[in-house]
Amino acid sequence: MSAIGTLAARRPGRDFDVLIVGGSAGAFVALRSMLPALRHPQLVAIVVLHQAPNGADLAHLFESVAGMPCVTVEDKLPAAPGAVYFAPSGYHLLVERNGTFALSVDAPVNWSRPSIDVSFDSAAEVFGPRLMGVLLTGASDDGARGLRTIAARGGLVIVQAPEDAEVPLMPTAAIRLGTPDGVLTIAQLTDLFGAWSGTAERRA
Amino acid sequence: MTADTDTDIRGLLDDLYGRFHYDFRHYAMASLRRRLAAAQTRYGADSIAALRSRLKAEPLMLTTLLDFLTVQVSEMFRDPPYFLALRTEVLPLLATYPQLRIWVPGCSAGEEAYSIAVLLREEGLLERSFIYATDINPAALARARAGIFETARMAQFTANHRLSGARTSLSDHYHAAPGGALMDASLRERIMFSDHSLATDSVFSEVQLISCRNVLIYFDRPLQNRALDLFHQALCHRGYLGLGIKETLRFTSQADHFEDVRRDVKLYRRRA
Repeated sequence: MSAIGTLAARRPGRDFDVLIVGGSAGAFVALRSMLPALRHPQLVAIVVLHQAPNGADLAHLFESVAGMPCVTVEDKLPAAPGAVYFAPSGYHLLVERNGTFALSVDAPVNWSRPSIDVSFDSAAEVFGPRLMGVLLTGASDDGARGLRTIAARGGLVIVQAPEDAEVPLMPTAAIRLGTPDGVLTIAQLTDLFGAWSGTAERRA
Repeated sequence: MTADTDTDIRGLLDDLYGRFHYDFRHYAMASLRRRLAAAQTRYGADSIAALRSRLKAEPLMLTTLLDFLTVQVSEMFRDPPYFLALRTEVLPLLATYPQLRIWVPGCSAGEEAYSIAVLLREEGLLERSFIYATDINPAALARARAGIFETARMAQFTANHRLSGARTSLSDHYHAAPGGALMDASLRERIMFSDHSLATDSVFSEVQLISCRNVLIYFDRPLQNRALDLFHQALCHRGYLGLGIKETLRFTSQADHFEDVRRDVKLYRRRA
């Protein structure tokens, strides 16, 4: 795929320094295989997954496998580079222009709270071309419009290849709504994360 | 939406303050932007500036606009472990006071205030308790005073209540009425719903417990500090403060004035 070559030429900290990943059904497993490859001290990584109410703390579940510290966001937490930030269950996750996180208990969007669209829109608004958005597997069309906003604000957008997705509805909706910069499998995304992290380690 | 929109939003907030004395100037911008975008759609305004001119021409629109700006979606007994902690760790201590006074700021339609009233009744404290429930939205206060919740929401409320260490069935505390489930008059008469702004008003009573959950997330840091300063003033010696599960005093100027009681459910106590 030619897209991967183009994408591999991009670098966190240079072409973008904020990564936001959204997903629903199947995304937990996908992230479990991707996150260990991601180790980048200049990168703010944000993860928005739908999950059942009263669900377990996601940061806690990823802590043991991730290559970066994992944090469940609390209100007004600064988005400092070098960590993965998870949207807490039952709240929308937004970003303020001063680089701190904000939460809301406004009505669910696309029957979801957190809603991926809400976080994608907010991050696009604040980070613009500094942002890379990734939409994974899911049984909903949440995230598709938000991904389009990221692209419209100059960000880079990647969608999980529908044939690689446990539930292709979410990536398919995103592809239908806009042309992503890349349509990649989880294995390709993991390689990409690994390549970026290798660069970061060599630079360090 | 661009930074220009933020300027227009500030203009609109200045109008709301200047003309109507509603002060949203220190609300957190990320949520405001989203709420005002929803309001734009609702009023068919293609920009914030258009919304602003419309408000100038039709001041009555304020009532519905306030709903966009203030109403959050709450539940009775939201986060049951919080209410369980109130039941087991706070109320036994508050029971030593001859009279209990509790403040629920930003009460919206009253879900939290009624939950606390039920809790107090179950713990045998309702008769000597009084709850001040405050908000800036008159329509929300009217809904709260009416004490009627849609029947469809009661299943969720009941499930939450059961997990909070319930000693009774939630249905013991309401009955069917036109429009939904009507909370018992004996609960309603222990709650005073009134207008109060954390942005512009001051303290009105001394209380032993303040339960203010998922209200501060809508404020910027200076306004959070102001509200928490009011809470500190209002709380009696060693009084309790409960925040939302994902709210924290960590990034505020009041962090040193409170100590953790239960970190997991954001229950704090005023330092001596």
